[in-house]
Amino acid sequence: MKDFNYHSAKDSKEASKLASSSSAFLAGGMTTIPSMKLGLATYKDLIDIKNIKKLSGIKVSGKSVTIGAATKHVEVANSKDVKKAIPSLSSLAEGIGDPQVRNRGTIGGSIANNDPSADYPSACIALNATIHTNERKIEASKFFKGMFETALKKGELIEAVEFQIPEKSSYQKHPNPASRYAVVGVYVAKHKSDVNVAVTGAKSCVYNDKEMAKALSGNFSSSSIDGMDLDSSDMNSDIHASAEYRASLVVTQAKKAVDAC
Amino acid sequence: MASLVGSRVERKEDKRFLTGKGRYTADINLANQTYAIFVRSPHARASIKKLNIDKALKSSGVVSILTGKEIADDKIGGLIAGWAIRSEDGTEMKCPGNPPLAKDNVNFVGDPVAVVIAESLTEAKEAAEKVEVDYKVLKAVTSTADAMNGDTIHEGIDKNLCFDWLLGDRQKVKEAFDKADKVISIDIINNRLIPNAMEPRACVADYNAASEEITLYTTSQNPHLSRLIMSAFGNVAPEHKLRVVAPDVGGGFGSKINVYNEDIVCSWAAKKINRAIKWVAERSESFLTDIHGRDHVTHAELAVTKDGKFLGFKNETIANLGAYARVFGTVTPTYLFGPCATGVYEIPAAYTNVKAVYTNTAPVDAYRGAGRPEATYTIERLVEKASMELGIDKTELRIKNFPTAFPFKQTLVHTVDSGDYVAGMEKAKQMADYKGFEARRRESEAKGKLRGIGVTSYFEACGIAPSAAVMSLGCGVGLWESAEVRFNPTGQVTVYTGSHSHGQSHQTTFAQIAADELGVPIENIDIVHGDTDKGTFGMGTYGSRSLAVGGIAIVNACKKIVEKGKRVTAKMLEANPEDVEFKDGEFIVSKSNKKKTIGEVAFACYLPGVRDEMKSPLPEGDEPGLKETSFYDPSNFSFPAGTHIAEVEIDPETGHVKLEKYTACDDFGRIINPMVVEGQVHGGLAQGIGQALYENAEYDETGQLMTGSYMDYTMPRADNFPEFNIGYTCTHATTNPLGVKGCGEAGAIAAPPTVMNAVIDALGGQEVTMPATAEKVWKACKNLKKSNSKAA
Ligand SMILES: Cc1cc2nc3c(=O)[nH]c(=O)nc-3n(C[C@H](O)[C@H](O)[C@H](O)COP(=O)(O)OP(=O)(O)OC[C@H]3O[C@@H](n4cnc5c(N)ncnc54)[C@H](O)[C@@H]3O)c2cc1C
Repeated sequence: MKDFNYHSAKDSKEASKLASSSSAFLAGGMTTIPSMKLGLATYKDLIDIKNIKKLSGIKVSGKSVTIGAATKHVEVANSKDVKKAIPSLSSLAEGIGDPQVRNRGTIGGSIANNDPSADYPSACIALNATIHTNERKIEASKFFKGMFETALKKGELIEAVEFQIPEKSSYQKHPNPASRYAVVGVYVAKHKSDVNVAVTGAKSCVYNDKEMAKALSGNFSSSSIDGMDLDSSDMNSDIHASAEYRASLVVTQAKKAVDAC
Repeated sequence: MASLVGSRVERKEDKRFLTGKGRYTADINLANQTYAIFVRSPHARASIKKLNIDKALKSSGVVSILTGKEIADDKIGGLIAGWAIRSEDGTEMKCPGNPPLAKDNVNFVGDPVAVVIAESLTEAKEAAEKVEVDYKVLKAVTSTADAMNGDTIHEGIDKNLCFDWLLGDRQKVKEAFDKADKVISIDIINNRLIPNAMEPRACVADYNAASEEITLYTTSQNPHLSRLIMSAFGNVAPEHKLRVVAPDVGGGFGSKINVYNEDIVCSWAAKKINRAIKWVAERSESFLTDIHGRDHVTHAELAVTKDGKFLGFKNETIANLGAYARVFGTVTPTYLFGPCATGVYEIPAAYTNVKAVYTNTAPVDAYRGAGRPEATYTIERLVEKASMELGIDKTELRIKNFPTAFPFKQTLVHTVDSGDYVAGMEKAKQMADYKGFEARRRESEAKGKLRGIGVTSYFEACGIAPSAAVMSLGCGVGLWESAEVRFNPTGQVTVYTGSHSHGQSHQTTFAQIAADELGVPIENIDIVHGDTDKGTFGMGTYGSRSLAVGGIAIVNACKKIVEKGKRVTAKMLEANPEDVEFKDGEFIVSKSNKKKTIGEVAFACYLPGVRDEMKSPLPEGDEPGLKETSFYDPSNFSFPAGTHIAEVEIDPETGHVKLEKYTACDDFGRIINPMVVEGQVHGGLAQGIGQALYENAEYDETGQLMTGSYMDYTMPRADNFPEFNIGYTCTHATTNPLGVKGCGEAGAIAAPPTVMNAVIDALGGQEVTMPATAEKVWKACKNLKKSNSKAA
């Protein structure tokens, strides 16, 4: 690993002030540190945000669950409040990586990184999340731009993610047996006025499958999407799964999610 | 005194390991040490046009940069194949040179071309990035099946063929097939695996200019053998000026048998720069450069009568050696494979033909089971298919062809001294509730799932090996083992063994054996291994040989101690040596109450005199001291055997395979410590099930390793397994005094066909290749659906 300067910011303001084109925020470090060790990324400055109190913690209101950006996966997995308000969200967190990863990785880091196979982005889409940054509020549907790409500007810091509490929801992940990231993960949420079917792992970026969402809005039953033949032409294909297989998994996992709702 | 052999003695080594006090190679730091980083080829096949180190030499902290040129100039030898195989046409195998640092050509991604030695690891890494290598990239050969049609990798080695070997009689086989009612045939792939020991390879080399001695601390399964190879072939230093120490080693599975490039380079360079050098592999280097395992493409046929008697067996295999032939690289797909490919069956005629090919991939060598998993996979997949095609129950068909009498002269090479395969099968069926399977299948089907059951009966040849036999077949060394048992004057015992423990629990099991033989409390016995300066010599640990060969050497050395003890007691107590009996640590003159404890005898051996009297307790001809050595050369291999049964449940929508039940019923002969054996079985099963369902080393067509990290290479984890159902039958080996057979590899040998037979059973007989990943199984499920709907 190349040498770097370590900074610990005491608040959001200091953190974003320290940021430059050759810096990264250090949350759990579960993405940043391995990529630096492998020489895939080098930074001059790492700005630790874990000591910014405001960024950690979970708040639940009647309508929403708000999770501080530096809240660890394990905290979301174990939170009684989250389990009660949106059980599928805590079980998603419980299924991320392994205990070591869950004990360090954070929700802010996960969505800022926007790995095409990460779990949390699907929750943001399915649960109509609002991403609160130190500068503005961004709707989830406008936040995830493409592979490892988000609407965040340089130095912009996510402070919290606010999830809308759905009527019912479920996340079903088909994990890559090696990394345990999602080969395909489908997050189905039924809200009062709409249904979202957020899909991760299948394409270069998380997306809301409008076709399935529409079918389920009409009739919220797995039979309404059974046998659906999805276009696989823009789906990922790698040594773990072909595009054709992913297309089939999207439907299968969506059905499982609906049945589990 | 109660016997310790057979009881669950807690592991002596656990305290050290569980409290973080193990001392591994990477824990060793020497004064003034430097750090090595290897510059490795990013290409699978290329010639080196130019190598420029000028910029790198100027980088901060650099002590030295050495390349293939210097190592060639110093006449340092390359890596070797330890076993010479002869082709069917009588020609000797063809092996390319394998210099520790490539000078002209690189042959796999990771092949080292230079070493950068610097004051710190960071500086070494930075300088390594500045080494400029101009490669002419050549077309790589990566496919096992097509290797013979690819460009010639090594000059003068036609068709990339190392050898084309035959074991058995083609004519007899042809005659047997002519008489058959039915021929069952199968095309299978034995997938390439990466051993993934928990501890990556490492070495620390030190040179003492005063004694002109090199000390190499290294992650080895066989330090004496490494010294021999480095000395005799590597020309690094004469044996008496080279000390090899393999301290605690965190798993080997065969991957730490070989002397590797880094061992030779660091030892040689330490002398050159007159400073200690430390090198520790990163995990990605382990993936690229540790030896890999398996990688066979096989076509096999079984000739049968309609009532299920086996008549003949053919096995045509292409085995991938990778870029170079290494220590056990050539014997693994031949003598460790061919003889076992006829399995536990009486088959009158058989042959195995193996074409071993070079490719631009990491060298392939012995990995847990080495050859025997490939053999067992071949025959057991074939037998399972025969049972489907003949409509005979899979267990009945096997029993029908088991040998009924022992010794069993197996078709190709081995005479199996003991066993009871029927008993093993019956017990396994009972343990697995074989009878209840159909009900469980219906339950799964009611949930929309598919369920399958798979059986494997295996035997393996381990406890390697009788020296005269293996040397007649081309082995470069004898495979005996040595032990030295040394009493201190005050009665504690140090046992030196030439085998090596890197997870096998020698410290405990070998001490149990010595405690029983000598009647000394186990706390007073230390097992020492892993250092060429301690102990006589040793061939190391692999091929489940530690106990069946190394353990017997200990028994024999102990027996010599007892013999001397009897003579000394007789002299001390004025009796006839023939009248002295030894039991539970006491030498007793029969029909008298006269006796001496072994502690008293040891004391007398070291202090052979009495105050005021000119009298020695030692009989004439016996020297002072109490220390005995034994070199034990086994008279035969040992032959563990057993039956394993697996049950899987498949979700046809995703193709996910869940291993529901796994039963292993093994005959390991006498068991020294059941807890240690369970550990060995669990580990072997995990690796075998890993091969069947998860693990696969994949190269793309340019020779890049696609599965070079745990993000892509699926190491099985605890939650992938059900609770293992383990049991034993026991027939003692008749060829060694302990009656032991060996248990280290059985799980890895039996599990792949057991699991795959279950998967394929669930899929209505459709073949899938290992690993049976969700996508492959999903595709098979789709076909099944199609053919079912056609049938309906
Ligand atoms: C072995 C392993 C398995 C994993 N498995 C899974 C899995 O199954 N599913 C899954 O979803 N993920 C998985 N992950 C990823 C894990 O969830 C990481 O925690 C996550 O990707 C990054 O979070 P982090 O807190 O570690 O971020 P860091 O590594 O600290 O940062 C990552 C990036 O996010 C930026 N960043 C961090 N916090 C903020 C913020 N508040 N505002 C703006 N930018 C920010 C940083 O600048 C950096 O660029 C796995 C990781 C590993 C190592």
